[in-house]
Amino acid sequence: MNAPLYKFGAFGDEASLVVAFAVGLGFGWFLERAGFGSARKLTAQFYLDDLAVFKVMFTAIVTAMLGLFYLAWAGVLDLSLVYLTPTHLWPQIAGGLLLGFGFVIGGYCPGTSLVAAATGRVDGLVVVLGVAAGVFAFGEAWPLVKEFHASGAMGEVTLPQLTGLPYGLVVLAVVLMALGGFAGAEWIERRVAAHASERRP
Amino acid sequence: MTTVPAVAAPDSPAVPARAAAREPAAYADPYVAGVGLGLVLLAAYVLMGRGLGASGAVSSVVSWAVGLAAPAHAQANGFFAEYLAGGVGHPLKAWLVFEVVGVMAGGFLSGALAGRLARSVERGPRMSVRGRLAFAFAGGALMGFGAKLARGCTSGQALSGGATLNAGSWVFMLMVFAGAYALAGPLRRQWR
Repeated sequence: MNAPLYKFGAFGDEASLVVAFAVGLGFGWFLERAGFGSARKLTAQFYLDDLAVFKVMFTAIVTAMLGLFYLAWAGVLDLSLVYLTPTHLWPQIAGGLLLGFGFVIGGYCPGTSLVAAATGRVDGLVVVLGVAAGVFAFGEAWPLVKEFHASGAMGEVTLPQLTGLPYGLVVLAVVLMALGGFAGAEWIERRVAAHASERRP
Repeated sequence: MTTVPAVAAPDSPAVPARAAAREPAAYADPYVAGVGLGLVLLAAYVLMGRGLGASGAVSSVVSWAVGLAAPAHAQANGFFAEYLAGGVGHPLKAWLVFEVVGVMAGGFLSGALAGRLARSVERGPRMSVRGRLAFAFAGGALMGFGAKLARGCTSGQALSGGATLNAGSWVFMLMVFAGAYALAGPLRRQWR
């Protein structure tokens, strides 16, 4: 098998849209199963009593990262054909901060707002409309923002390439960091729960 | 590992009696859901050579709408023109639109099977519906702008780029958490 399959011509553009729908179906399913169609579940991450956002996100990252690593190692997957968004340091710092602000103000991130809207959350639907308004505003402001958008260009670069460390070592570091993070998250949740029950005897 | 059954029972009066009568199922264990999500992401890479996304589909739809309403204006604008040229007929940009339709279908299916479909507005006990919706719109707009600046959102950057160890994606992800924690205190009233 040569993967990515689409890049090796295993199927065409029309079939790729069926794949898109199927992949989306799985994505939406697991987001909803995790409880991410709920703004209160999501924002609990930022008040530390339920760290499911961190746990789900890092479990997903580690799972996919290990899959990519081992498939590439086995010679099944050509990583050079896997899309990397080019790194632009300054706009990605600014955009990340804005998205973080918007997350705790709006209660969802763009993907989870779609799931919330699909399950009847009116606030989720309004977040979707807000995202569209923000994209529209960005488009209208394009002549003003395009220079900043292009700034801090570092090309398509991964952490192993940037640091010069072996790919496998960075993968191992992320796995260890995630495991430490999970242990820390469980500990924080227990502490917060104990604290809350002390206050409410 | 304990699963916190933080089932957000919708407290809005708009909840239909039918939905309120049936107790919604508990959410999945976060680690199990995370493995599932990670396998979906891995499948996207193996099949297509690209990850997941959400805000990109919104950009395609917005650019398409601008192109319909004001074709000359859209063509003269580098941002909208790129989406129009890549365009709705172009598979790589349309791909995300089909994916997002799938996201909504998958979310709906999971919610329906768990008894979690309910028309409601999620908010803290001290927040009015009106205020909550105003915050929702403002938060969405900030995220739309921020995602375009960063070349992706939590799906396309943090999650997809996180797994490929994309340098910019990791910077972005840290900034998302930093921004959200920085504003969590002042916004406590909305949620608690």
